Amino acid sequence: MLLISCPNCGSRDETEFHYGGQAHVAYPENPNDLTDREWAEYLFYRDNTKGTFAERWLHSTGCRQWFNMLRDTVTYDIQAVYPMGTPRPAAAGAAAVAAPDAGTASTAPDSTTTGTAAPSTTATSISPTSTASSTTAPEGATK
Amino acid sequence: MANTAALEGINGLRDIRRSPASHLASALEAGSVEGTVVLKEGPFQTMAGIRVDPRSEQGSRIASVAGGLPARCGEVAGSDGVSVLWLGPAEFLVVAPEEAHDSLGGDLIGSLTAALGDAPGQVVDLSANRTTFELSGPRARAVLEKGCAVDLHPRSIKPGTALNTEVGNIPVVLLKSGEESFRLFPRASFADFLGRWLLDAMREYASPEVP
Repeated sequence: MLLISCPNCGSRDETEFHYGGQAHVAYPENPNDLTDREWAEYLFYRDNTKGTFAERWLHSTGCRQWFNMLRDTVTYDIQAVYPMGTPRPAAAGAAAVAAPDAGTASTAPDSTTTGTAAPSTTATSISPTSTASSTTAPEGATK
Repeated sequence: MANTAALEGINGLRDIRRSPASHLASALEAGSVEGTVVLKEGPFQTMAGIRVDPRSEQGSRIASVAGGLPARCGEVAGSDGVSVLWLGPAEFLVVAPEEAHDSLGGDLIGSLTAALGDAPGQVVDLSANRTTFELSGPRARAVLEKGCAVDLHPRSIKPGTALNTEVGNIPVVLLKSGEESFRLFPRASFADFLGRWLLDAMREYASPEVP
């Protein structure tokens, strides 16, 4: 059970909250200009971060207000709670660096590098023209 | 906006109005342990849901009618038997005796609606939305702690504090009305469940304490 610190109500049980998915997914400036693929990616594709993740939460049985939270998806450590509309706190970088030392040193760097680096190397080895499509393709879609 | 005009016609129905946990009345009486923990359903109350920015002009107008608006979580404002409970930064619950309702000769809903006027916000008559359980006695806190994660120790929650939280997995507004008494406001549809849940939680106190 997580103990989440609501900015309005203080510490409450996780059961009082609802998860709102990834934070800072900006609405496209001109949705009509997007291709179907870009629109689908905006709608349906979200990061699946291992480590510090910015996400939205709703205190649904308390003050019914939304807020943002930085949470480590491995350790469930809540690193920051900040209001909607404010940028992601910089403290996340330091916390993310510190996370591999906490005990997941063998798995964490390994899995994060394969997630981001592997598609780009395969794309450059095949042909430069396919780079654009493969980098815009979501990482999970190639699996 | 409260449709107060339609309420004039319900006066004749007042006598057949039943509270959401009225069918539990005998069970509540049988399950209460006098001097240890007592549970009963409170009388009907007039309640109004208010959504207004408390810093705005209409917020101060409503505050003057309701007797103040609480500023932060847990606070209860109000005067003359009217309590204003904090539900959110711009959301409040006004609880008053039943006679304050417009259909029974009062003017609470109407005056709140008039205070809001055409400004952004809302005043909604929620008198039938929630019922009241009154839990009191030296063991009242122990009963609640079986299903409420909020710190109910007297050092952190003082009488006159109201929290929007969960008791027995039911969303309730929990008001600490005295040193050893609590008032729970569950929604009407949860009254049966919460009443039985509280009775079950109270059962052990009917038996002699095991040393």
